[in-house]
Amino acid sequence: MTTPIPVAVVGGYLGAGKTTLVNHVLRHAQGMRLAVLVNDFGSLPIDAGLIESQASDVISLAGGCICCSFGSDLMGTLMALSDRVPVPDHVLIETSGVAIPGSVVRSVALLSSFRVRRVVVVVDAKSIIEQAADRYVGSTIERQLRDANLVVLNKIDLVSTDATEPLHAWLAFAAPGVERRETTHGMIPLEALFADGHNPQPRGLAEMDDADAHFESEAFVPDGPVDVAALAGALLACDVVRAKGVLLDLDGALKVLQVASGRHVVTPCERTGRPVTGLVCIALRGRMDRARLRDAFALAMRPAMPRRLSHDPGLS
Amino acid sequence: MITIYPAARILTMDERRPIASHVAVRDGRIVGVGEREALDRLGNAVIDARFAQKVVMPGFVEAHCHITEGTYWRYAYVGYFDRIDPLGRVWRGCESVDAVIARLAELDSTSKGSDGPLSAWGLDTIHYTGSGCTRVDLDRVSKERPIGALHASGHTLSVNSRALQLAGLLRTGIDHPGVPLGDDGLPTGELRGPEPMTLVGSHVGFDRNLLACDEAGLRAFGRLCVRAGVTTATDMASLLASEAVDLMRRVTGEPGFPVRILCARRLQGMPPAALVARALELRGFSTDRMRLGAIKIVVDGSIQGFTARLLPPGYFNGAPNGLWYVTREALTETFELALANDLQVHTHANGDEAIELVLDCFERALDGRTVDDHRCTIQHAQLAGDGQFRRMRALGLCVNLFANHIFHWGEEHRAVTVGPERASRMNACASALDAAVPMAIHTDAPVTPLRPLFGAWCAVNRQSAVGRILGETERIGVAQALRAITLGPAYTLRLDDEIGSIEPGKRADFAILEDDPIQVSAADLRNVRVWGTVQDGRVFPAGAAS
Repeated sequence: MTTPIPVAVVGGYLGAGKTTLVNHVLRHAQGMRLAVLVNDFGSLPIDAGLIESQASDVISLAGGCICCSFGSDLMGTLMALSDRVPVPDHVLIETSGVAIPGSVVRSVALLSSFRVRRVVVVVDAKSIIEQAADRYVGSTIERQLRDANLVVLNKIDLVSTDATEPLHAWLAFAAPGVERRETTHGMIPLEALFADGHNPQPRGLAEMDDADAHFESEAFVPDGPVDVAALAGALLACDVVRAKGVLLDLDGALKVLQVASGRHVVTPCERTGRPVTGLVCIALRGRMDRARLRDAFALAMRPAMPRRLSHDPGLS
Repeated sequence: MITIYPAARILTMDERRPIASHVAVRDGRIVGVGEREALDRLGNAVIDARFAQKVVMPGFVEAHCHITEGTYWRYAYVGYFDRIDPLGRVWRGCESVDAVIARLAELDSTSKGSDGPLSAWGLDTIHYTGSGCTRVDLDRVSKERPIGALHASGHTLSVNSRALQLAGLLRTGIDHPGVPLGDDGLPTGELRGPEPMTLVGSHVGFDRNLLACDEAGLRAFGRLCVRAGVTTATDMASLLASEAVDLMRRVTGEPGFPVRILCARRLQGMPPAALVARALELRGFSTDRMRLGAIKIVVDGSIQGFTARLLPPGYFNGAPNGLWYVTREALTETFELALANDLQVHTHANGDEAIELVLDCFERALDGRTVDDHRCTIQHAQLAGDGQFRRMRALGLCVNLFANHIFHWGEEHRAVTVGPERASRMNACASALDAAVPMAIHTDAPVTPLRPLFGAWCAVNRQSAVGRILGETERIGVAQALRAITLGPAYTLRLDDEIGSIEPGKRADFAILEDDPIQVSAADLRNVRVWGTVQDGRVFPAGAAS
């Protein structure tokens, strides 16, 4: 198995500056063979001097970079890309203004020859807060931000100094814990887009629009170690559709517990310091069995106590 | 030479002369309609009495379908309801997963020795109890050959283990909303949405490029039109690459090709300005039987796929709101440019929030002006409410409603997607007519079978597959329903000066029926038999369409 090709997904609403950023990256490819995937060429005014040859859906650029338009067929375009000789060093996918980056990430993950490293969401620093309040696209923009692991505040020069702080405060709420970079004209260095160690975790609740209307949640804040594996299994039995949290396991290690798509995953916690432990569980409205869930929490808190198994000697 | 056709009855859809007994045709055009004596003025004429015992209507106009209805018949049909293939063979519906498996097993045994894929279409698992149609089910047919069964909606593909393996998806650790996992952590084999479907599709015989441009499929589509009484149809989401246009122009231009097709170029892969330029170029390639120049925009997804955009209270089962497939800016700009260039735009909007966006963008594109007779049409508009119909009227928009949904997915909509109140006002034909919005109904074939008379029955009866009436007050009369499959859709395609009714000057396009849709009971409308068609004066018996 060859090493997967690293991918950066560049999302964000129309006018945020995605194309400018992509153009900047193409001009500063530093000898790397980049493959840039765009919805259509119409929005990508590539410098004519860079173009070596052009077919209907692939433009070859000087220096070994290519541009592909994927239209409605991102998967087909990616599959064709992995067959190219030589394979590109990096792939950059510019999504449409209403695409949900997390969906793109999960689709790319279906292809084992690619690995998404970065989910960049570009925002127009001057108008993002206003756009996010729009009745039609507001929820889409919120979803986009929740999926990011790098938020690029483009056109920052248009924002007054006074307005910068509230903007960051707003983003800290819209995309909590996510790295932010201020810039103008999409000038983001290549290494920021493909840096290692930034495997995106599409935020578990990203696709849950208007969450309050459809879902309810229950939080669990334990005051001691928890049998994480046992709890994980119990959550599924309580109709929990999503759960995510950091918990102190019986072995004294911090673990990340996630539940999604009817599966649970427990991984070591990479965070250093002393993260707050706790777990949030989400279920479809009306489907959450809180009593059972609290029992599961309680049981996981005192796993050392021998369970009464007298009714079932086969298990003892 | 003039030919006069006597008929048991001619339903002209011309309100000034709704009923006639004879129609006279010369060079593919209607030159007279009325009683025999009234046509004496035309002089020498040949009397062709083959329709003397038949009922003649204007040829049906299917204003929203896809020519893949013809292409799919190269695959095995595994739908729930009986369906007639292009050669007239009735394929019995598969009433259980076992019946699906049996049909595929038969196909496997008749093609023994091949290791090629087994491909099927029309699968409709909502009618089955149990867990749908998974790879475990399909593995019963074969574990060696890749198998794929496309669902009726077109949005889901069921595949077997071999197909998943070939696509690299028979593994654990997949996290994708369109790839549900089983208890073993492996995909169940039911793939939802374009990405996972594309990945596996080419391994099970569903290659996108192949489907886009298929000569045999186009001819089969023509035969299906004859069987359904359709003389003008559409290909509503085409990308119309040059080679596809050349092929379609050639095939539709063949002397025996029985139907006129209007193809709309979809907003995809190019920005609005380039699309409008391309549409103008395409318009110049129009022929008599291939009409080009219209534009199609897809705003949201489907209601049963939970990808349509809904206003509150949203999906009945609590599913998150759907997806936008176009930006508001691109939508508005396309409307502006199309209006400036006299191009017609057909906009797919299923959910009420998507409809609302279309209305807002169209209003903005008009910018206070009145643009006469643009006939831009909202396609599907399944959840349109009364206020939205009134806004359509005010903006000069037409609507093409998906009446068949009430039968095919009405129970699903009632119980799962939108709940009983909204299920009973989906595809609200009566409200559209009350608001005086020019209205058509469509089948969206291959999503539902290409049968306009069945669609008319749905609009008249609003009966779900289990016989429940969904929304009595939205039922319309038989005459209104017949108009919604003739003159109504002709109007939404800007072809009402040529087709849609039987009157002098219009094209001699007829649906020839064995029964009289006005005389049969409303409940029997769907059983009205089609003898065939006359298209541009050329006679096409369905029985000979092989």
